[in-house]
Amino acid sequence: MDHNFQKDIAGCGLTGLISKKRERVSGSIIAKSLTLMNDRGNGLGAGYAAYGIYPDFADFYAFHIMYDVQSARFSVEEYIKEHFHVEKVEEIPTTPVKEIAINPLLVRYFISPSKGSITGDGNGEDFVVNAIMKINSEIDGAYVFSSGKNMGAFKGVGNPSVIAEFFRLDEYEGHIWTGHTRFPTNTPGWWGGAHPFTLLDWSIVHNGEISSYGINKRYLEMFGYKLALLTDTEVVAYLFDLLIRRHGLDVATACTILAAPFWKDIEDLDADEKEAITALRQTYSSALLNGPFSLLFGHQNGLVGINDRIKLRPLVAATKDDMVYMASEESAIRAICPAPDTVWAPRAGEPVIVELEN
Amino acid sequence: MFEIDAKDQYYRDLNDMVRAAVDKGEKEISLKNVNGQYYIATGLRGKLDLSVEGVPGNDLSAFMDGPTVTISANAQDNIANTMNAGKIIIHGNAGDVLGYGMRGGKLHIRGDVGYRVGIHMKGVKRQSPTIIAGGTAGDFFGEYMAGGVLILLGLDSPENSSIVGDYLGTGMHGGAIYIRGPVEQKYCGAEVGVIDTDAEDKKVLEKLLKEYCADLNLDYDSVMSRPFKKLIPVSSRPYGNLYAY
Repeated sequence: MDHNFQKDIAGCGLTGLISKKRERVSGSIIAKSLTLMNDRGNGLGAGYAAYGIYPDFADFYAFHIMYDVQSARFSVEEYIKEHFHVEKVEEIPTTPVKEIAINPLLVRYFISPSKGSITGDGNGEDFVVNAIMKINSEIDGAYVFSSGKNMGAFKGVGNPSVIAEFFRLDEYEGHIWTGHTRFPTNTPGWWGGAHPFTLLDWSIVHNGEISSYGINKRYLEMFGYKLALLTDTEVVAYLFDLLIRRHGLDVATACTILAAPFWKDIEDLDADEKEAITALRQTYSSALLNGPFSLLFGHQNGLVGINDRIKLRPLVAATKDDMVYMASEESAIRAICPAPDTVWAPRAGEPVIVELEN
Repeated sequence: MFEIDAKDQYYRDLNDMVRAAVDKGEKEISLKNVNGQYYIATGLRGKLDLSVEGVPGNDLSAFMDGPTVTISANAQDNIANTMNAGKIIIHGNAGDVLGYGMRGGKLHIRGDVGYRVGIHMKGVKRQSPTIIAGGTAGDFFGEYMAGGVLILLGLDSPENSSIVGDYLGTGMHGGAIYIRGPVEQKYCGAEVGVIDTDAEDKKVLEKLLKEYCADLNLDYDSVMSRPFKKLIPVSSRPYGNLYAY
């Protein structure tokens, strides 16, 4: 399959929720929220990310892989068996739905790096990332679309309700969920191009366009990332991986880098803050995200919502007890939480950072 | 009062029901259990009252020409796009890009509003659109404003706190913006001048705000208890010669 296209300009819809006390909720809840915004997408891509769904395999990387052709599966499995301990392999459970005539072969693997194979950092995460890059860029027709622990992404070409039904989302329970419906305008809607985009535990759903894709891509390539999914949002997932996992920055600092304050506003800061943010902007100028975006960033310890610096895409947040919701439209939150305690519209460039308790 | 239950109705079906009721001559229509349906009251003409319970979806009252729409809760983005006449009263907050290219009528909001409110509003002859928001506003308030009146009150904010965002009136070349609180020139577009209000402005504010207060059950005297700043364009037709030479 030829996926030779450059970037994506999208008018999409996104939604997410987190239970700070780690109460697990059914995937049918997030699907209901996303389905309310069905018309923000056009049926050419929808998907979900969930955290806390594989407690019985929490110590293993859960690889979700889509195969365009059966032969790709042989190549990938040969590679995986050589470098990983494989705890379990199964096809991802799906239900036939009439709206999906053709789908790739979808298989999940619960795996851990073989002791002798690990290179890079001691805990094997570099090794796992390298394996994902290798599969996605070198094995034709195979795409790892989810690779974290005790989390998973489910995505494809279809409307929110169709994708939820197809992947039997109501059979999963998680304490963080995100969802996305896509309106691709610049690139074909294909299974790998649906959101979320993930790497290890990081997942991104995004409404907008990353105009700085080219700069971000070349910057990431210097650190060994291979951009194989040909859609702008992919860079955001890898940038968070680089900044947080590899460079050891915290979530707030990573957000300051991606949606950096304007120079004119930095001028007005206290001397210390001015120096710190100037250093971040200079060091990470190629990680700045330009263009319109609202995005949700899911990770093992929480959920983050953030807009571009002049709020060219919508984002609304709400709380109810220990739950926090964020979505493109308030009504998508009210569809699953009719009477929230608080509702607000986050300011441009100011992240909403929610962390799990304990 | 003609009631329509909007629960789980697709927006097209709901708006078909509203239009059918209007065509039958209903003058008071009440929508219950609304949540997220787009285009409510879009393109409706003539005198009628439409009340909405719940959060209506985007593009409420686009191209509306006459009706009065009352929202008891919050509302979303893109309200009153190119609206020509009538009134919208929102008791909660509202989102981004309100009154885009609005050319007449009134938009009265009790709470906060988002980014790009009043973008490219325009007035001509007797047509003067008005947007009044009781809370705070995001950036680009009155961007490319060409006519009409924008008023921001900050009713729930402490005195002398900033109630409006950055890039205020960027590209403004007509109309007037009134802010009930301090305005820093550095947050204004290059085309904007900040001045004190005079007796003529007070007359404009009195007329508009008395109606606003009546709509939202607010005390007019306490609304007027703080001074207003007025923002006007200080360049005229800055690009008038662009294609002339």
